[in-house]
Amino acid sequence: MKLKTLLFAFVAMAVAIPGLSAETPKRGGTLVFAVVAEPPNYDCHANDSFAFVHPVRPSYSTLLKIDPYHYPNVMGDLAESWKVSPDGLTYTFKLHKGVKFHDGSTLSSEDVKASYDRIRNPQAGVKSLRRAAYADIDSIETPDANTVVFKLKKKNVSMLSNFASPFDCIYSSAKLKEDPRWPERHVMGTGPFQFVEHVAGSHYTGKRFDGYFEKGKPYLDGYKAVFVSGTAMVNALASGQVMAEFRGQAPADREREVKALGAKAAVQDSPWTCSLVVSFNTRKKPFDDVRVRRALNLAIDRWEGSKVLSKIALVKEVGGLVRPGYSLAASKKELEAYPGFSHDIAASRAEAKKLLKEAGQENLSFTFTNRNVKMPYEPVGVFLIDQWRQIGVNVKHEQLETRLYLAAQQSEKPTYDASLDFNCDYMDEPNLQLLKYLSPSRSSLNYSGYGDPKVDELYDQQSGEFDPKKRAAILRQIEKQVFDDAYIIPTIWWHRVIVMDKKVKGWKITPSHYLNQDLTNVWLD
Amino acid sequence: MLRYIGHRLLLTIPTLLGVAVLVFCMLRLIPGDVVDVMFMGQGSNVPPDVIAAEKARLGLDKPIPVQLVKWMAGLAQGDFGVSMWTGRPISYEIGIRLELSIEVALMATCLALLIALPLGTLSALYKNTWIDQVIRIVSIAGLAVPSFWLGMIIILSLLSFFHWNPPIMFTPIWEDWRANLSQLIWPALAVGYRYSSVVTRMMRSTLIEVLQEDYIRTARAKGVFERLVVIRHAMRNAMLPVITVTGLEFAFLIGGLVVTEQVFNLNGIGKLFVDSVARADNTMLQALVLLVSVFYIAVNLGVDLLYAVLDPRIRYR
Repeated sequence: MKLKTLLFAFVAMAVAIPGLSAETPKRGGTLVFAVVAEPPNYDCHANDSFAFVHPVRPSYSTLLKIDPYHYPNVMGDLAESWKVSPDGLTYTFKLHKGVKFHDGSTLSSEDVKASYDRIRNPQAGVKSLRRAAYADIDSIETPDANTVVFKLKKKNVSMLSNFASPFDCIYSSAKLKEDPRWPERHVMGTGPFQFVEHVAGSHYTGKRFDGYFEKGKPYLDGYKAVFVSGTAMVNALASGQVMAEFRGQAPADREREVKALGAKAAVQDSPWTCSLVVSFNTRKKPFDDVRVRRALNLAIDRWEGSKVLSKIALVKEVGGLVRPGYSLAASKKELEAYPGFSHDIAASRAEAKKLLKEAGQENLSFTFTNRNVKMPYEPVGVFLIDQWRQIGVNVKHEQLETRLYLAAQQSEKPTYDASLDFNCDYMDEPNLQLLKYLSPSRSSLNYSGYGDPKVDELYDQQSGEFDPKKRAAILRQIEKQVFDDAYIIPTIWWHRVIVMDKKVKGWKITPSHYLNQDLTNVWLD
Repeated sequence: MLRYIGHRLLLTIPTLLGVAVLVFCMLRLIPGDVVDVMFMGQGSNVPPDVIAAEKARLGLDKPIPVQLVKWMAGLAQGDFGVSMWTGRPISYEIGIRLELSIEVALMATCLALLIALPLGTLSALYKNTWIDQVIRIVSIAGLAVPSFWLGMIIILSLLSFFHWNPPIMFTPIWEDWRANLSQLIWPALAVGYRYSSVVTRMMRSTLIEVLQEDYIRTARAKGVFERLVVIRHAMRNAMLPVITVTGLEFAFLIGGLVVTEQVFNLNGIGKLFVDSVARADNTMLQALVLLVSVFYIAVNLGVDLLYAVLDPRIRYR
């Protein structure tokens, strides 16, 4: 009887703790993985790319992090526990005791305060990209060495998610006092791995930090991030020179890698918090006419596009302004009611032609500005041009280098007609995803030149709404308004596929390529 | 001779100055800059004041003539400045990649000459025979096939037949010559084949021409062994254009292996060129163009000096 009880208890524990149910982690080994781009510097607060997160993040800790096994829930990183006051205006964090920096110094609440002060009020020369995310913070207090209290000016539903941002690393306040720009050139945090070397253009290596505060972790002796892209990356993965690439693979590359690795291949896939959107330059004729924009939206057969494109490009999910599958996203039924999402594409296109006729644009032709990046920009661009051709619109495809592509959209006098723009965030959070649709005076991401005060107002409402049902209802209103205005229209959401060597264990895919990259739980079989 | 070298070196100053000004101005004519790419390339909602402050820090807000003067003043002191993308000194960024590029260029040149000199000579000596036809087909194929494509075929063949891919990280030859060669021999082969085709055809045509010269006929009439006629009299004279072509190809390889370096993931100057264009890293691009110009000038000077060694009739004053 006792044995049965013990066995039952073990099985229950194994099911409850993800990862444990499968295998017991082994210690040792070096994880070699590919990163298809390279960060310009090592400063978390100044970066916003996976090229930074994948190699550098394992050296740092954040206050909270996203739980990959229970996405999008947050879990503690440096914070042992946290409490939000009933009015939603005070966040109190208790830090783990005895956390060490890689130089041996002990972390205290002062380091957390200094790091967040650096993000909120950066000193001259410091680049802080996420200052706006913490604009609602009024003050930061440190009642004792292990407690940090954030006091807010107003309620912000995404505050806990902000504290879990993989970019908001905690730095040593002593180092920041020496030089506020110290983190740009040095890597020294409390994360599971210590910096070893970075050979520009080649690789970046880290080794296990024995003083890491989670006892027994990390499992790996170290890791090596190799900067390799394109066909060379696919070849390296297929030959086993690298064990994984954590951004995402195109379908053709996935097939090749799986075929080459055979039984050694492990594949994980997930919807992705990235989407491609069409932005119309409403300062230019005929895109100042909403009928033209609506017609171009109606012409796109997203459902068929999803089926076809998912075979050749890293896109798959049809959705609105927030990622399909996310708890606050529109249901399929709700989506189908939006213009451009009907299954009756013939009727939509007939309406589109009618709108063009009314606008006097039956022979519309324009240039579609796209980024000179093959995946997924090129196939999606070609798909859209074909869709517009079917309502008699003639479109020239202009694929530009990133520099020219950005300049065409963002300069003071944008030159583009319509462009394939992108929206990519570290997690599902409408406060992030909807920024693109806010008026240009409030968001540098809206290149269309069009602003709708109603959308701005609804955005503020949902931002302070803690009731998910009420928040979802406001989001539907925003979506309806954006599709009516049609200044920026979503196309098809990305789909993330990771191919890796089966011996890489303890890594779980999430809908964001910025998350779960501290490698704390990763081990090699 | 020394006076000639001095004169040639002095002439490089206005040449490099012209290149520097031209490249600087051309890069400024292209819309967009490194700050846009760095901050907006990932789609973050970066506050406009952060962008403006970074542009000011990099001096991008200053008038172009002011930027040019500042850069030229640094150049005059041998300071290329720092990369706008990484903030690290340009001399460091180029330094860690130059060794690889020079080694690939040297290996490709050696391979090319090893293939081209005997083949070109055979082709000329056996003109219009089946030997000549075969060599011409091989060399024309080398010109027709792009190096990067051949590189891809080499890698795919290695992967398919041996389940092996050349190393993707550089190991200096003095640390581990086996690892070094196992990475670099393949790109050298891919590039060397095309390179050898150029030299083979040059060798063939000049040798055919030289073999018809009066002094060759005279040597043969005097009963000199045919091997000596070819090696001592014909080949030596035929080498002058071959050296010119070899020199130009070598200089091209330093910065020109743009796609081949991508295919083999070589951390060389060509890849740095591509990355710098994508990042709008103007200071880096300016330095790279200057570096390649210096290589071209140096190689041309070397070739001219070699002429005098090979042909006693040539004297520089």
